[in-house]
Amino acid sequence: MAFDLDLALAAPYDPASASGYAEHPERMGFFTDTSVCIGCKACEVACKEWNAIPDDPLGFTGMSYDNTGGLGASTWRHVAFIEQPGRTAGADGTEFRWLMSSDVCKHCTHAACLDVCPTGSLFRTEFGTVVVQEDICNGCGYCVPACPYGVIARRERDGLAWKCTMCYDRLGVGQEPACAKSCPTDSIQFGELSELRARAERRLARLHEAGVGSARLYGHDPGDGVGGTGAFSLLLDEPEVYGLPPDPVVTTRDLSAMWRHVALAATALLATVAVTGLGSRS
Amino acid sequence: MTAADRASQTDVRLDDARDLRPEREAITRPAGPRARGERSTVPKAGFRSYYGRPVLQPIPWTDHDIAGYLFLGGLAGASSTLAAAADLTGRRCLARAAKAGAACALGGSLYALIHDLGRPARFLNMLRVFKVTSPMSVGAWILGAYGPPTGLAALTAVTGRLPRTGRAATATAGLIGPALATYTAALIADTAVPVWHEAYRELPWLFAGSAAASAGGLGMLAAPVSEAGPARNLAVAGALAEYAAARRMERRLGMVARPLGTGRGGVLLRLGKALNMTGAVAAQTLARRDRAAAVGAGAALLAGALCTRFGIFHAGLESSRDPRYTVQPQRARLEAATARESGS
Repeated sequence: MAFDLDLALAAPYDPASASGYAEHPERMGFFTDTSVCIGCKACEVACKEWNAIPDDPLGFTGMSYDNTGGLGASTWRHVAFIEQPGRTAGADGTEFRWLMSSDVCKHCTHAACLDVCPTGSLFRTEFGTVVVQEDICNGCGYCVPACPYGVIARRERDGLAWKCTMCYDRLGVGQEPACAKSCPTDSIQFGELSELRARAERRLARLHEAGVGSARLYGHDPGDGVGGTGAFSLLLDEPEVYGLPPDPVVTTRDLSAMWRHVALAATALLATVAVTGLGSRS
Repeated sequence: MTAADRASQTDVRLDDARDLRPEREAITRPAGPRARGERSTVPKAGFRSYYGRPVLQPIPWTDHDIAGYLFLGGLAGASSTLAAAADLTGRRCLARAAKAGAACALGGSLYALIHDLGRPARFLNMLRVFKVTSPMSVGAWILGAYGPPTGLAALTAVTGRLPRTGRAATATAGLIGPALATYTAALIADTAVPVWHEAYRELPWLFAGSAAASAGGLGMLAAPVSEAGPARNLAVAGALAEYAAARRMERRLGMVARPLGTGRGGVLLRLGKALNMTGAVAAQTLARRDRAAAVGAGAALLAGALCTRFGIFHAGLESSRDPRYTVQPQRARLEAATARESGS
């Protein structure tokens, strides 16, 4: 069967089947309901503990309660804190709103990091998630600028790319990821993606009924620029307020066009040399 | 200080939050590893962000490695093609210079590529797989195919041995060369960096032009005036193509193109353009007669190509550092889609 780039990049599809798993479990994912996040950072701690991630230099950032800063090679869960004075939080009429949201790798349906990885270190698991194999990665760093969410990063001390694995080791033995396990309010919910999407729709409808008109889902739509994400959220403001791109597109969506332009430009270069060089025999 | 001034210092706020408490003034700069202690000088009006922090991760590449590779790969690829043409037309000095130049640039390319890896010892992992979705993987295989004939062509040209093998190697390298010179455009365009990605239509042409100009420059620098005719023509064609592609790119990209005109990237690109034009004009005038002028023009073209690649690289760094280049176009796209839906 010939490899068809456009077909391989077309949405929507089942990533595990498309990656060659004949039989595989349901696609698993995270639904992060930020409307019940209390900013305890238990997810950050549990993630670090379970995955034995080295520490990051901690500092005072002045960004509300967020002294983690953002996702990175050694931060696979990050809780964002946004203070919004003059904004009514809900039905109770408070004139201040404090948004908290636990961010994580999105495990995209069309994952740019995986597409551009030149070694095959990044791979699609049977659960439809995206994982780095640290014994294969050679630290080329190509996945880092490829990620439209700014998730994956290269760690200085070992030179390798790292990101959330959705606790691949725990999933394999039927356990839920450490962050979801530790979340005291079930803001982070883990489960089959189709079930989570249905649950999120119900939650969104309930919030809208309760008068929280600012609630919206982010990453749940299989028709979006990355084919929907395996880890999606319910947000209370625009994505960019949380540091998320409002309409991310997997960069490889335009790759066929890029290769066409490269082929044309290379041919033109060859032709130019032929004309300018061979045309004037000495 | 007015309330509006104070409000403009905080990044996360709502438009109706006019009266911020005085202690909010304490939050004047985002810190942490990603902010690198510098605050964007671009005004925050018109888009929202998380404390002005970038949406994208900082690009982990260094300019002397990756921008250097963009230059050297282009120089090597186009030089090999020029060498093949010179071989076919019996210009032995030009052919030898271009072959040696290509081999040296190839060596530099390999060094830069390996040096930039987080784990240089695992360089060969690049050849574990072939992935058309990864321009870096395609590039690794292009280099794998291009390297041996290029080395062989240079060796046979310098030593004068095995002339038939040398001709075959020269032709092979000359045919693969344009691929090496242009694939690097897809390499950087296939990222989420706004200015690189959005420029994917023009970058291959810009890189092809820049590569041709640098190879022509090298030919003028190294070969006698009587043999350097093809090098001069190639340099002019390349400089013109590069100029046209850059101009089109700057116009088409709108606000995303801003890093191409400002900051270090803008300075380098303007310098590159000036050097290129100087070199191209000199190539068709003084350099046709005077050896010293040819050397000067060739050097200007090489320096111009180097500045162009470093400029494109630094524009990408700036483009990924400032969240406005990620957020604003995406927000505009969403709003356009919403308008289309409500309109139809």
